[in-house]
Amino acid sequence: MSTAAESAPRHELLASFARNRLAMGALVVLGVIILAAAFAHLIAFQNPYNLAELDILDAKMPPGTRSEDGKHYWLGTDEQGRDMLAAILYGLRISLGVGVVSTVLALSIGMAVGLAAGYAGGWLDAVVMRIVDLQLSFPSILIALVLLAVLGQGVDKIVIALVIVQWAYYARTVRGSALVEKRKEYVDAAQCLAYSRWRILYRHLLPNCLPPLIVVATVQVAHAIALEATLSFLGLGMPITSPSLGLLIANGYAHLLSGKYWMSFFPGLALLVTIVAINLVGDHLRDVLNPRLH
Amino acid sequence: MLAYVLRRLVQSVLVLFAMSALVFAGVYAIGNPVDILINPQADQTEIARATEALGLDKPLPAQYWNFLTSAVSGELGRSFASNVPAIDLILQRMPATLELALTAMVLAILLGLPLGLWAGLKPDSVAAKTIMAGSILGFSLPTFWVGLLLIMVFSVWLGWLPPTGRGETVNLLGVEVSFLTVDGLRHLAMPAFNLALFKLALLIRLTRAGTREAMVQDYVRFARAKGVPEPRIVRTHVLKNILIPIVTVIGLEFGSVIAFAIVTETIFAWPGMGKLLIDSINVLDRPVIVAYLLVIVTMFVLINLTVDLLYTALDPRVRLKTARV
Repeated sequence: MSTAAESAPRHELLASFARNRLAMGALVVLGVIILAAAFAHLIAFQNPYNLAELDILDAKMPPGTRSEDGKHYWLGTDEQGRDMLAAILYGLRISLGVGVVSTVLALSIGMAVGLAAGYAGGWLDAVVMRIVDLQLSFPSILIALVLLAVLGQGVDKIVIALVIVQWAYYARTVRGSALVEKRKEYVDAAQCLAYSRWRILYRHLLPNCLPPLIVVATVQVAHAIALEATLSFLGLGMPITSPSLGLLIANGYAHLLSGKYWMSFFPGLALLVTIVAINLVGDHLRDVLNPRLH
Repeated sequence: MLAYVLRRLVQSVLVLFAMSALVFAGVYAIGNPVDILINPQADQTEIARATEALGLDKPLPAQYWNFLTSAVSGELGRSFASNVPAIDLILQRMPATLELALTAMVLAILLGLPLGLWAGLKPDSVAAKTIMAGSILGFSLPTFWVGLLLIMVFSVWLGWLPPTGRGETVNLLGVEVSFLTVDGLRHLAMPAFNLALFKLALLIRLTRAGTREAMVQDYVRFARAKGVPEPRIVRTHVLKNILIPIVTVIGLEFGSVIAFAIVTETIFAWPGMGKLLIDSINVLDRPVIVAYLLVIVTMFVLINLTVDLLYTALDPRVRLKTARV
């Protein structure tokens, strides 16, 4: 594939975002969120997990309070005097990180397995697809819960659980496109040129199976983030040393009944805005990349 | 048809076997249960005796066979935490979960069908756009956070509804239920709505998509040309045709409602089997975890089987196709 042919649809993709105001807005919001998470240490005036920077006298302050030494807590503080805004920014970093890493891993595994199954067919295809069907007939939260019950707590454990939960979606998607693509003439042509199996798989089939995968991956990042938050809320996800948004919400839940809503409300709001932004971008990508709509 | 039913039955049994092997491997083979069960000061001979008594000295296939035969006879071990048979604990909590899940499903259907129909019939109206925006929100909102918001608004600020528990129950045909008392209903309202939210969004989208597709079909145009009044077209021609996929999805989603009840039950301290699972995971009560998993896998397999068979019975096209195979 030449670079000119590759860059044209990419240009078109950007232009399509410019035409759709909602999708553009979502893309901008998502960009701001990613930047805010990446540069959390520059934006927040304290490192929320450096105990030396916390002031216990500032504990449980409602949003908008100014402390005696002049710090302005826009979103209030938690029970240790931690600025909620800082905690949310650092939490976003962990939530986004776990979501993206697990999605990339699951995407690579699912892609390799699905491509092999779709291209080779036969018993490999049958076995892989039975496993995929079996796994997809159970809700992801149940599978993740069971895995974490067996594996125990930890960032690596939750990434493993999220990867195992997600790979099947990619395997199924890429296998579907591989089945369609392998019948096309360019694959015949490549076979006539006596290219190796691997070259045909990765240089010819894979690029043509990518668009639907990108769409699934975008939506799955949102799904992974929400799932991680839910598991952390249940106390089975992230360890206390990696406070993701879900863990912040779980923490704040203890203070909800006494009316201190901000400790769980704002982390949840950040989670919601992130998920909605990703879903809207994903929706738009699906409309643009779906060949049936052209 | 009979061949199809038999094949699905065999498939279901195979799935059950596969899942039981996975559950066994996951929960029993990883780690040594003796370490948890026995007194840490026990010496070598005592550990050996306990290992033998639990059958853990046998080869893995033999252990699995033991596990399987006792599972079939309903013996899934005793809870480490409360020393009663694990399966009894699960069965005791099951009615609460089923009541919550059924109420949520009914709520989702009663709200989702009319809203979806409306959005599908007048796709360009403001109401339809509001409904669709709401359904996108319903998909994106993290369930557990909505639960917190509900508690915050209706329990803490307004003080209308109790935040946790099941309330007063009434014995109905040997099962304790909440929905027949005012206090029970007040306790049921928030968890049920919380659990219904996601399915509500799904049903709205499904119904809307189905309605929009059906409205441009020839049979609707023909009915219009015949002068059939619009409400009747919607009732008999549109609704009947879109109900088949919707009934299927409702059936299949019931299992996932039971799984998601784990989250809702934890938030609202609803004493169902989902909360029991979380409590058991927290104290590593393996027999209860295994019992829960086997019960829920069996439920899933049964639900899938029933939906498949119902679908075949409902839709003549599916019936024809399978009859020829």
